Amino acid sequence: MSDTRRAAGDPEMTTYRDVQLSPDFSELRRRFRRFVFPMTGLFLAWYFLYVLLADYAPGFMSTKIGGNINIALLLGLGQFVSTFAITLLYVRWADQKFDPDAKHLRDQIEGETQ
Amino acid sequence: MSTPLLLPQATTVGDPKVNIAIFALFVVATLAIVIRASRNNKSAADFYAGGRSFTGPQNGIAIAGDYLSAASFLGIAGAIALNGYDGFLYSIGFLVAWLVALLLVAELLRNTGRFTMADVLSFRLKQRPVRMAAAISTLGVCFFYLLAQMAGAGGLVALLLGIDNRAGQSVVIAVVGLIMITYVLVGGMKGTTWVQIVKAVLLVIGAGIMTLWVLAKYTFNLSALLGAAVDKSPAAGEKLLNPGLQYGATGISKLDFISLGLALVLGTAGLPHVLMRFYTVPNSREARRSVSWAIWIIGIFYLFTLVLGYGAAALVGPDAIRAAPGKANSAAPLLAYELGGEILLGVISAVAFATILAVVAGLTITASASFAHDIYGQVIKKGQVSGDGEVRVARITVLVIGVVAIVGGIFANGQNIAFLVALAFAVAASANLPTILYSLFWRRFNTRGALWSIYGGLGSAIILIAFSPVVSGKVDKKTGASLSMITDTGIDFSWFPLDNPGIVSIPLAFVLGIIGTLTSKEGTNVDKFAEMEVRSLTGAGAEKAVHH
Repeated sequence: MSDTRRAAGDPEMTTYRDVQLSPDFSELRRRFRRFVFPMTGLFLAWYFLYVLLADYAPGFMSTKIGGNINIALLLGLGQFVSTFAITLLYVRWADQKFDPDAKHLRDQIEGETQ
Repeated sequence: MSTPLLLPQATTVGDPKVNIAIFALFVVATLAIVIRASRNNKSAADFYAGGRSFTGPQNGIAIAGDYLSAASFLGIAGAIALNGYDGFLYSIGFLVAWLVALLLVAELLRNTGRFTMADVLSFRLKQRPVRMAAAISTLGVCFFYLLAQMAGAGGLVALLLGIDNRAGQSVVIAVVGLIMITYVLVGGMKGTTWVQIVKAVLLVIGAGIMTLWVLAKYTFNLSALLGAAVDKSPAAGEKLLNPGLQYGATGISKLDFISLGLALVLGTAGLPHVLMRFYTVPNSREARRSVSWAIWIIGIFYLFTLVLGYGAAALVGPDAIRAAPGKANSAAPLLAYELGGEILLGVISAVAFATILAVVAGLTITASASFAHDIYGQVIKKGQVSGDGEVRVARITVLVIGVVAIVGGIFANGQNIAFLVALAFAVAASANLPTILYSLFWRRFNTRGALWSIYGGLGSAIILIAFSPVVSGKVDKKTGASLSMITDTGIDFSWFPLDNPGIVSIPLAFVLGIIGTLTSKEGTNVDKFAEMEVRSLTGAGAEKAVHH
């Protein structure tokens, strides 16, 4: 039995297995997955939609919408905007909503003294 | 404006002495920083992970410095100048890919590993076989990436220093390699990180000044710039602004484009030298800030390259670019010369050299850490070796890799470098990413699944490339010249039609991971899985920063 499987803090949670089965941890994992999995699906779908449009609908993408600016350029810049936006959203969510609860559990596991 | 440039006659532009002087200044300044930064290098955590004491913003800038290789600066600007919109598509794939790293990989990896990618992959599976597999694929990706950078250095030398004989270029490649070895041996991860930070700042400022300069010439009217680029490119014309100039030709080339898009977006989060950078920060929150900073810097930089690419098309013109010694890669340096003469060209050239130096240093430390920590420390010595012993092996490995890089770079000088980078991304996406995701998120995943996925992804990617048109049998229909690595047009053993293997090898690696897992009787190690899951999400028990 190696020490690494043993969590040191709260007597209620003496092993990582205890922590993993606890309702607090289940809730933390559920919230994490409910944020990152749909978000990953969303940006991948939007990226591949864009790639397929550029590949198979060049006519539509070449439509001018003012001067020399066309839909392809606008959608391409849209990929930049969505990437920046998802980054901002995730960092804010993780800093404000996720970290405090993760820290709470971490303190319980590692013990208040550390 | 001093068009037309008399390029076909000249083998170089600007004054090589200015280029060399500015580059030498960069080397001396960074070397001083490296020596200063490395005074406290003592433990393995110092050498491999810079003491885990970099802040998120510092590491984010260093990640950008590691990621924005010569291929993405010179390559993308040149691709946009010649192929227009299709060049822009590269940069979008390279950027969006970072969301995979941000959401799914960076923080969880930081919380569970110590030094290398293999630490995480082998965490809850059978140590030795999985670690060995992960180390082999790490070394493979690093090798292809390293070769691409060193081969690119040769071409750059031809353009910027006016050295067009092969022996002279080989000497310069060797000098670049020796400087890199010095950085890594003296500075370890800390010194390497500082080189990347300095380089990233210079690169972004240099590209930013050129971008503003180009835009100012068109009164900050993007539409006018695009119009000027079209006017200067009679062969491509309006098509320069539309997708399909490069990839739209046939059904096969369209499929190739999807394959490339897949490899780009899934490859980044599997690049070992990128993953290793997450260990240089103290905790997962700083890892998150690192990626966020990196995304902003890389994104803004790619917006700059869009302007620079079309700016080079408009101000230098595609004919002058094609006639220059470095062809597409010379678009950005030629634009610098057109805008700011010798001095700006010298600065941009020095930055381009610094780029190769910094990326090569990052790859070398990753490969040496993987060999010393994974193969020597864990597989051969079964963990019965001190950190000092490992670091000693790592330093020797740095020397060996440095020599391999120099010899490989001299040998690969003049080769098609784009395929080496594409191969590195395809291998990273096929061999590494499936196992990273499965081991973090799929409870049932086991050793056979990992081995099948890693070796299957690595093997299929390399085999498909070997039998693809990039290695043999691709001929330019107009000129009859070979476009493959093997330039003898009589040799053609290609049977895989696409340049990029991603569309086959990536899904194959994901499926092999599932089949391998389901056909194995090995059960889940519930204790180790619990430890991995809890640690990855809460950060409990994560490696702490080193305090001096």
